Amino acid sequence: MSERKIRVMVAKPGLDGHDRGARILARCFRDAGFEVIYTGCHQTPEQVAAAAVQEDVDLVGLSCLSGAHRVLFPRVVELLREKNASDIMVIGGGIIPEQDFPMLYDAGIQAIFTPGASLDSIVEWIRTNVQTRD
Amino acid sequence: MMETTKKICAGDVRSASRLIRDLEDKLPGARPRLKQLFPYTGKSFIIGITGAPGAGKSTLTDALISKLRKQNKTVGVLAVDPSSPFSGGALLGDRVRMLRHAEDEAVFIRSLATRGALGGLAQAAGDAIHVMEAMGKDVILVETVGIGQQELDIIHHAHSIVVVLVPGMGDEIQTMKAGIMEIADVFVINKADRPGAKQLQTELTSLLNASPLTEDSWRPPIVSIGNLYEPEGFAEKTAELIKTILEHHTHLIVSGQLALRMERMAIMEINDALRTCILEPVLGRLIASGELKKITQRIRKRETDPYTEAEAIAYRFLKSGDSL
Repeated sequence: MSERKIRVMVAKPGLDGHDRGARILARCFRDAGFEVIYTGCHQTPEQVAAAAVQEDVDLVGLSCLSGAHRVLFPRVVELLREKNASDIMVIGGGIIPEQDFPMLYDAGIQAIFTPGASLDSIVEWIRTNVQTRD
Repeated sequence: MMETTKKICAGDVRSASRLIRDLEDKLPGARPRLKQLFPYTGKSFIIGITGAPGAGKSTLTDALISKLRKQNKTVGVLAVDPSSPFSGGALLGDRVRMLRHAEDEAVFIRSLATRGALGGLAQAAGDAIHVMEAMGKDVILVETVGIGQQELDIIHHAHSIVVVLVPGMGDEIQTMKAGIMEIADVFVINKADRPGAKQLQTELTSLLNASPLTEDSWRPPIVSIGNLYEPEGFAEKTAELIKTILEHHTHLIVSGQLALRMERMAIMEINDALRTCILEPVLGRLIASGELKKITQRIRKRETDPYTEAEAIAYRFLKSGDSL
């Protein structure tokens, strides 16, 4: 009777208090049957990475509306790597100009969702891409 | 010693959090790893923190972590939040109050969803506590889901129980009821700057005055804690709280109660383990073969009764000596 539950973390790194979107996503993930660790605003990438490892999540969803995604998102990926946890996927969302996509993908962000992305499409992406790890 | 055992005993967070997850998800390989770990458990002091939703359990847990760290103690935190009965998902939000400890390597915080367990904890709570014990945490704080009157599973997992109350939740009849009010080793009146706190204190005191002393003659102290945003008062009061809890720990040891409580916990553990290794496989087989469905239909039509059926199933499985 074993069943792998999808565990995700929703976090807002950096100095950005606009968490409406992150909260909506957290609830939507809950309703999709995921276990969601919601960690709120104003976190350092170090806090995000440490929490992700302690919680053994499959995926970290980062939200950033302040424009600091070019620094903050790659830093989270890098820290996870340092913690020997590069199997934890990182996706991002928020106000992110398209020209930054290649740079973020290169840094190891696996998907980016910007305004207009439907909740269903995000849930679907996670379901498809989170490999059930064992 | 198995590789995971070694790593977890050395405090490796990655291995520990993975094992907890495997235990939660009931992966076949998880139980043997816990068996290996078991000899290294049983040395931590486990504090249960329970109370109504929004009473301030997570915030108090955060404050207790800080106090314990000042005493150089390593800390494990298990924070339980409810799973949705509809989607099976969960929003685990206790960490929000404990962010400042995320990077402290001596602190390991893990959120658990109840996954249908009704006693205020998750089914894997006991397992997760053992993993933290093996990591060598001096103190483990176990925060239950927000509870009502009788989700009391915490007493089977913690040595000392802190019940967090807030003003305005009802009159003194509420304090007289069985359940939650009986399990406290320490009471907290939280948000004590709010109206009704004095009255709650009076009611609680008179309740304690009227209660016979426990077998070990411990009278649960009441700690009133005011507004978090008045940092000095809050720091002073939470210091008093941790002091009171540690006094209770000493009392448990001196009075011999600790041994009794640990025995009570061991009884529960063997109970749970029996359920896992007898009931679950039997149910699993009955479901897989479709027999359970047939039986339930016959019960519904009153062609048989659940008691006879259960006896027959027990007889069949236990008698056959089938490996379950």
